[in-house]
Amino acid sequence: MTAAEAPPAAPASPPGPPEHPVRKASARRRLVPYWLLLPGILWLLVFFALPMVYQASTSVQTGSLEEGFQVTWHFATYGDALREYYPQFVRSLLYAGTATALCLLLGYPLAYLLAFKAGRWRHLLLVLVIAPFFTSFLIRTLAWKTILADGGPVVSVLNSLHVLDVTSWLGWTEGSRVLATPMAVVCGLTYNFLPFMILPLYTSLERVDGRLHEAAGDLYARPWTTFRTVTFPLSMPGVVSGTLLTFIPASGDYVNAELLGSTDTKMVGSVIQTQFLRVLDYPTAAALSFILMAVVLITVTVYIRRAGTEDLV
Amino acid sequence: MTETASTSRGGGDVRLTGISKTYGSFHAVRPLELTVPEGSFFALLGASGCGKTTTLRMIAGLEEPTTGSVLLGDRDVTALPPYKRPVNTVFQSYALFPHLDIYENVAFGLRRRGVKSVKKQVGDMLDLVQLGDFARRRPHQLSGGQQQRVAVARALINHPRVLLLDEPLGALDLKLRRQMQLELKRIQTEVGITFIHVTHDQEEAMTMADTVAVMNAGRVEQLGSPADLYENPDTTFVANFLGTSNLIGTEVAEAHGDDITVTVGGTALRLPAARCPAPVRGGGTLLVGVRPEKISLTHADDAATVPEGRNRISGRIADSSFIGVSTQYVIDAPGCPGLEVYAQNIERDGRLAPGAEVVLHWNPAHTFGLDAGQSPLAGTPDAADAATAATAAAGTEKAVAAAGGEAP
Repeated sequence: MTAAEAPPAAPASPPGPPEHPVRKASARRRLVPYWLLLPGILWLLVFFALPMVYQASTSVQTGSLEEGFQVTWHFATYGDALREYYPQFVRSLLYAGTATALCLLLGYPLAYLLAFKAGRWRHLLLVLVIAPFFTSFLIRTLAWKTILADGGPVVSVLNSLHVLDVTSWLGWTEGSRVLATPMAVVCGLTYNFLPFMILPLYTSLERVDGRLHEAAGDLYARPWTTFRTVTFPLSMPGVVSGTLLTFIPASGDYVNAELLGSTDTKMVGSVIQTQFLRVLDYPTAAALSFILMAVVLITVTVYIRRAGTEDLV
Repeated sequence: MTETASTSRGGGDVRLTGISKTYGSFHAVRPLELTVPEGSFFALLGASGCGKTTTLRMIAGLEEPTTGSVLLGDRDVTALPPYKRPVNTVFQSYALFPHLDIYENVAFGLRRRGVKSVKKQVGDMLDLVQLGDFARRRPHQLSGGQQQRVAVARALINHPRVLLLDEPLGALDLKLRRQMQLELKRIQTEVGITFIHVTHDQEEAMTMADTVAVMNAGRVEQLGSPADLYENPDTTFVANFLGTSNLIGTEVAEAHGDDITVTVGGTALRLPAARCPAPVRGGGTLLVGVRPEKISLTHADDAATVPEGRNRISGRIADSSFIGVSTQYVIDAPGCPGLEVYAQNIERDGRLAPGAEVVLHWNPAHTFGLDAGQSPLAGTPDAADAATAATAAAGTEKAVAAAGGEAP
């Protein structure tokens, strides 16, 4: 039996006491989890841990591309970067936060419909939610450029309804333009990250037992009260993971700000990209990346603590 | 149904008038007249898919009747949504809110109606169901029986006019089920609220309910007290679904006066005319029934000791099984194979083994007659299987599941 479980060990080990191969096989079995972990660990080591260390060292270097960079433990780069690009940080968090809120507002009803009301259309609708992923992120964002183009149908309709007057007054758009304004960037972010909100929401709503709705109704809860006291609290795990999946990538995104925005709507992602690829100021770019990471990490930690979903999952 | 109405105190009865429910071409509940007297423990009994859960859900407002109306006292609540009906339900799966603790689950209904101080009421209710120490636990930390009691407390705290129980004991094991049956009966007596209990377990219905309505294929087959239903079934379905009946196809030899004489395989049997469906004529056919525990068994050698005036049939023991308090025999007799006899294990006759020739005898007063026009198998497990197969073949299994709401 032991020979069957550990065939390679059998020829190697000389005939000895019978418990010897047994112990060897069980030791082998204990190692199995580590072997299974190995590919993942290697991957993370090469593509996550090493780049992080490299970036960390870059952020404290000084020098230029011509003379070469040396590690000089120049931590002042962090302070300088934060001081100079402070508005972009705030803007990033603001845009990402707004886009996340919009995603939640748009995505929740849809996820609710998918989970409870769609019936036999459920699978088709789910495919439609995922459908945008069949096209490249860049092409979809470029398409929005056309949709929001000056004088295009969307802008004309919004203009004739005087919606743009209101949004301009709020500072979201400029005159009769939508493109190259904060609204365009937030719209792009919302559109691009909406599926990341809908899918976790749908998964957690789908797990809510429909009979709980009946029970709440039976116990004098009106439909809206049922939603507020039963359905929504039970969908909190989905709300939390959906907002995280939307907020974290949105706060570091630069494609939407680049393609749909202007210099006034630059997000920190664009700054990092510019510093790395155009200005070639690697230390500042690396420092900015670390600051962004820290900001997102802190925001998310505070959020999860406040949401208090530990005992729901 | 008028007899139940007359026993009520009025005012708080639940009345269903002409209520029915159809899903497409499937009749889950056929037009139904039913009155549940105030303060009674009423059971709707039937096999799965018979429409009993649909009936219950129509009273709760969770299902809209196709025709007819639901009245609570004199108030027509047919058009009211569930949250406006003074009715609460104990669901089959309990449907406790997993994100709320036991205290908040029980307080849910009170809070929704804007009751300010719920503490005392919730405490009292938890004491009633003996769960005072569990107030701050979550439902998943409780056993099935405890969850069931929370579900009862959560419904009862609202003092509903009617408490609806949808197979509330179905998920519990046998021993716990027995215990909860007594518990529920105790609570009902204590609070005096009308209980309508849906179950497929005839023993459960008979143990707990004052009145039982036996449902079959969307209709109420018979309504009455448990003893009445058991002793005087109107149909073969009721005779077979409640306990076991020996149903014998016979020819009527003589029908006048208080007694009817019938013959089967050359043997004459007598039964009281009062226990027969109305029109019995000489020369016609009649299904004659007798409960297995009413029959005595005597070995053929001692046939002379059987008292005069008893119905008697000779046969041979085909099978016997010892089950502790009694022994169950299957006996083949000419004209009526597979008769069942339950004999108490008081003085066991060693000769009563498979193959032995015996005489079955019983008091003619314990014999009942049924219309021979119906299947003698209705209500038996064999018939249920056949019906399910037929329904599945017709492609309406979805409707059955939807109608019963009992699909696992």
